[in-house]
Amino acid sequence: MQLSVAQGAGAVRVSPILQVRGLTKRFGPLEVLKGIDFAVAPQELVFVIGPSGSGKSTLLRCCNRLEDADSGSILLDGVELMDPKCDLNAMRRRIGMVFQSFNLYPHLTVLGNVTLAMRKVLGKSRREADEIGLAALDRVGLADKAAAYPAALSGGQQQRVAIARALCLNPKVMLFDEPTSALDPELVGSVLAVMRDLREAGMTMVVVSHEMRFAREAADRIVFMEAGCIVEEGPPEQIFSAPANARTRAFVAEIAR
Amino acid sequence: MTGFERFAESFFNPTLIGRYWPEIVSGMLITVEIALAVVATGIMLGFGLACVRSYRVLPLNAFIVVFVDVFRALPPLVLILILYFGLPNIGLNLSAFTVLWLVLSLVLAAFAEEILWAGILSVRKGQWDAARSTGLGFGQTLVSVILPQAVRLAIPPLTNRTIAITKNTALGSVIGVSEVIYQAQSAVSFSGNATPLMMAAIGYLLIFAPVVALGSFIERRFAWRRA
Amino acid sequence: MELLRQQFFNIDVMVQAWPLILRGLGMTALLCLAVIPLGLLGGLAVAVASLSRSRLLRWTAKGFIDLFRALPPLVVLILLYSGLPFAGLRLTPFAAVCLAFLLNSSCFYGEIYRAGIESVGRGQWEAARSTGLSAAQTFTSVILPQAVRNVVPDLVSNTVEVVKLTSIASVVSFTEMLYAADMARSVTFNTSPIVLAAAIYLVILWPAVRLMSRFEHRVAA
Repeated sequence: MQLSVAQGAGAVRVSPILQVRGLTKRFGPLEVLKGIDFAVAPQELVFVIGPSGSGKSTLLRCCNRLEDADSGSILLDGVELMDPKCDLNAMRRRIGMVFQSFNLYPHLTVLGNVTLAMRKVLGKSRREADEIGLAALDRVGLADKAAAYPAALSGGQQQRVAIARALCLNPKVMLFDEPTSALDPELVGSVLAVMRDLREAGMTMVVVSHEMRFAREAADRIVFMEAGCIVEEGPPEQIFSAPANARTRAFVAEIAR
Repeated sequence: MTGFERFAESFFNPTLIGRYWPEIVSGMLITVEIALAVVATGIMLGFGLACVRSYRVLPLNAFIVVFVDVFRALPPLVLILILYFGLPNIGLNLSAFTVLWLVLSLVLAAFAEEILWAGILSVRKGQWDAARSTGLGFGQTLVSVILPQAVRLAIPPLTNRTIAITKNTALGSVIGVSEVIYQAQSAVSFSGNATPLMMAAIGYLLIFAPVVALGSFIERRFAWRRA
Repeated sequence: MELLRQQFFNIDVMVQAWPLILRGLGMTALLCLAVIPLGLLGGLAVAVASLSRSRLLRWTAKGFIDLFRALPPLVVLILLYSGLPFAGLRLTPFAAVCLAFLLNSSCFYGEIYRAGIESVGRGQWEAARSTGLSAAQTFTSVILPQAVRNVVPDLVSNTVEVVKLTSIASVVSFTEMLYAADMARSVTFNTSPIVLAAAIYLVILWPAVRLMSRFEHRVAA
């Protein structure tokens, strides 16, 4: 069931790897997502922008059901995540997630953080897991910190470990929830560099972030959300230089200052 | 006889020490036995209940909260008397030893559940998110990610509470468990002399002083966590 | 089931025992009124001693705390009540209980105060002293109020323990609630009086226990 997914320019033409349809979510009286339709093609980097409270993070958290949407459909590689019979844990490890506050496990070493899921979920031996974990840490430039505890690392290093933790489960798509918002300005670059490397290696990524420079240079497509709806989407040039929608224009003008 | 000699005669009488030390030592063994049994069952049960509670099944949690509240609010001696004198009336004969063990285990379980549950709640929600997002199940997340952090927070208060509750083994003397103070009291009434009481006090110190020292050590060792 | 009701929740027996238990409850209240202030004051003394500059005072306080943390309160009570007469000092049950509680709970309250005092930053001392307050004034009007505020949950929790602990006074025949209930039990051969006493403890202490849970369960973000 390959539908045409996105409207307007930048529509996905290959079959999407992640496809969200009619997603709604409310917290009490507050309607956070009002029927989101959204798709991501393999190897695509999609940037989700919008004012705070627009539902970006909730959308991301619904994509691996850390937050349960009220209705709608989420297909990952053709598997329906909203299906009650879906093996959620098996699906989740194919969706890497990186959090604003890193959420490293403070009681485990860096290598322990990275290998926990491989050992517990994939049932890999400690040796095998360590090997894969070290390779992932090497990829984010932190192989030398394998034995350290998270508390001994800078914020940027912690976030790179968190990326390695998601990476070594070999995910089909990675979700980034404001990965640089909690970092001191001078540490942001190292995390963005890792994300750039991932993109060049062909990782499919959905990023919620305020790093507009990065969005402009690295994103394939920008999705602008406001008040629980996708207002406009398209390639960066269009969204940043010639947005069609007045609200997009206002938001872009606001952040450009 | 000088005043001091009279004092030594009634509180540290060597003859009586020689006569009664086997009783006091056997009382100490019983105290240690009950204390260890209480610590093992109480803490295990308490941790089990805290884990069950984290699944947030409503009727189960209501039951756990009521259990914990009741056993935290009631004096252990009241519970001991109810079980010891009440159960035989409905055809259930438990030995004094069993009643003491059961009551203190339940009391410790209630406190341990409460302390560990507070620890579980104080682990940041992001830890759950991170673990679940890598495909760990609820139980796996609880065991591998949440509990290690919660236990760390729980250890200092739990140590103090455990010491306080195991000291209640002395309440067994009221229903005739032949632990230290029970042995001492019967020795006092036979000998008409306070020496066995002093022996009992020293016996308790020998048992619990090292535990208290260990507790202080643990508290200092984990103090950084609360900063 | 019927047997259970008759032996544990027998209304007739409870009604019969009620006057006795009520008098016991009065004595328990009296006991609490005596031993809680004693413990609170004694604890303050212990805390001040354990933080004092004098090494002798510090070590005495530490020895005192370690001693009474290790001795079960019932044992302290029995030592005082049955032991002291051999030294020619016969205490009434009430006096023995008060003294035992003073020794036992001062040590626990003392540890709580000490943690509270240590939690007040050094800067508070310096600020107060720099405005010309004496050490004693600084302690009573600057440090102590903050210290107590920081440890209110622990003070409440320890006070609940003290109230529960008054039940051991029954062992030296002080006629508090549990003693009264147990007497009623031995006369009626029925456990209901003790269950009634338990219910009264529950009614009194349950709100405090709930409050403590509220203190303890602060959910992390």
